[in-house]
Amino acid sequence: MTQAILSLGDLQVHFAVRGPFNRRIGSIKAVDGVSFDLMPGEVFGLVGESGCGKSTLGKAIMGIHKPTAGEIRFEGQRIDALAPSARRAVRRSLQYAYQDPGASLDPRWKIGASLHEPLVIHTDLDQAAREKRIRSILEAVGLPDTHLDLYPHEISGGQQRRVGLARILTLHPKVVILDEPTSGLDVSVQATVLSLFRGLRETFDLTYVLISHDLAVIRTMCSRVAVMYLGRIVESGPTEAIFDRPRHPYTRSLVAAIPKIGGVRVTRDFWLQGEPPDPGNLPSGCRFRTRCPKAADLCAREEPALSPLAPGSVACHFPD
Amino acid sequence: MTALLAVEDLSLGFATEAGFASVLDRVSLSIERGQVLGLVGESGCGKTTLARAILGVLPRETARITGGRVHFRGTDLLTADPASVNQTIRGRAITFVPQDPFTSFNPVFTVGDQIMEILKWKSPRAGELPGRRWLPAVVARYPAERRQADVEAVLELLDAVQLPRPEQMLRKYPHELSGGQRQRLMIAMALLPGPDLVIADEPTTALDVTIQAQILGLIRRLATERNVAVLLTTHDLGAAYEICDAVNVMYAGQDVESAPVDRFFAAPAHPYTTKLLASLPDASGTASGIPGEVPGLITPPGGCRFHPRCERADGPCREVRPPVDQLGAGHWVRCYHPHRDAP
Repeated sequence: MTQAILSLGDLQVHFAVRGPFNRRIGSIKAVDGVSFDLMPGEVFGLVGESGCGKSTLGKAIMGIHKPTAGEIRFEGQRIDALAPSARRAVRRSLQYAYQDPGASLDPRWKIGASLHEPLVIHTDLDQAAREKRIRSILEAVGLPDTHLDLYPHEISGGQQRRVGLARILTLHPKVVILDEPTSGLDVSVQATVLSLFRGLRETFDLTYVLISHDLAVIRTMCSRVAVMYLGRIVESGPTEAIFDRPRHPYTRSLVAAIPKIGGVRVTRDFWLQGEPPDPGNLPSGCRFRTRCPKAADLCAREEPALSPLAPGSVACHFPD
Repeated sequence: MTALLAVEDLSLGFATEAGFASVLDRVSLSIERGQVLGLVGESGCGKTTLARAILGVLPRETARITGGRVHFRGTDLLTADPASVNQTIRGRAITFVPQDPFTSFNPVFTVGDQIMEILKWKSPRAGELPGRRWLPAVVARYPAERRQADVEAVLELLDAVQLPRPEQMLRKYPHELSGGQRQRLMIAMALLPGPDLVIADEPTTALDVTIQAQILGLIRRLATERNVAVLLTTHDLGAAYEICDAVNVMYAGQDVESAPVDRFFAAPAHPYTTKLLASLPDASGTASGIPGEVPGLITPPGGCRFHPRCERADGPCREVRPPVDQLGAGHWVRCYHPHRDAP
């Protein structure tokens, strides 16, 4: 069996809520006990509604947020408590594509300068070698050379996304975390960007963690999916199994909520009521029980653990 | 049956530093009472501009209407006396649900204050306000008996949009509410004046998928119950499929196709529509995008604005905009080479 390229063990990221005099008056459990193994070459989807902790999880893997507890291993090596200098070497092969590529490019730098920057930081290449490398990457993401002399505001959102991706790929990473890679794009652009992701994965031998709230995107891209709700994975498994036979009531409602053109209209009888509770004040037991049609006494008393249920795993006392 | 709202050949643009941007080019649409019409298109296609033009809230300094009419219940909103439009139509007969429920409330007032502020002026129980007032608006009288009736109407409507504990809800500040709750309040506020037409500008874009399903269901149900027409602008074809009776497609400021919802998804005729539908992600992962980019509107392509990205385009497409081609009941397309017998 191949070794996992990235593995998370019971990862927790809590943020303190502070009151007067900086006194700690509570905490928000953004990520609360998440474990998974990422195999080389796979596309792993993390899906959930806003505020469920999926971006926090991605950022914790990158070391942007410090985990409260738990461990992160990259190619077998612990990376959650590395010294900053050792961290830099890891960061080269583990890259993060931000949600808003427009905001992550410096508006006063030309695209060319933004593309040089990661190579200046992480490699010893000279100017000519860097130029050669970025031109080849630019071609791979489908942008003309002339874009090197443009400023970010002169190109469209889809092109900015391509530049953001080119910037990451210049370092030849192994794992790329894509945080909402299609939010804010129109469907026609989204389709081309997604096929670009697929092509680049082949060319550069990448492993993706794809974070998205858009189930349609997750479904077309991923081989394995984990569904998060309020900081926990409630269900995970192969994509087809999750979409065709969701076991957790929350997954079931998510899948049911996607409009299906030509199918039954979900708005006629959508059964999930209410909204997620305040993450600073979670309900006892199962976090979903306040909205769950199956909730019983047991759900209020005991939090269900993520337990295997072929072909995936589910955290529910009464799975379907 | 005459349409409630009929937009005919509306053209308008904005004066920009680079020149005149022609944002709408002879756009037509019509809505009947109780109908939900989807106005679908990608960002920058002019759907929000069209919605704002109907409402009459375009920026006065830069927007220039170069032709066309907007008929609402028989009056042309573009030529009617602005003061009377303001009194009887805008905010009363036509109301608006904004895209972003997070920035549409004033953060320093409770939502109850903000709702009552609307009703002070736009309540269906308020008579005609005097055209010319000597006192500033802020000291205008709000009779106690009307206020009482308005409060009851508000509570009833908050119940109808499924907000729990309406009395407490009114005392809250916007930051205490979730996005879904704020959008429900926005819908309630749009319905309170008893409008004939609600313009909903991407009402679910900022919301999660489960909340989106709830909100779309709510809009559909209220429109049917109250016989209110809804103009729903959206870039999400799935949302349009869910609740619309008919769909209008726009591309780069031109309307390209209009059809009843079932025909629209079963037999799209315009090449742009078919490509847009083919771009939707599906389980097989075969979704194809549309090559090229949306053209700039300062110097738009002549004729049909889609021709640079269309493989069916030929001579006439580049010269003259195609006329309306009726394909069936309520289904028309503006294309010289439509897909006539699409699957």
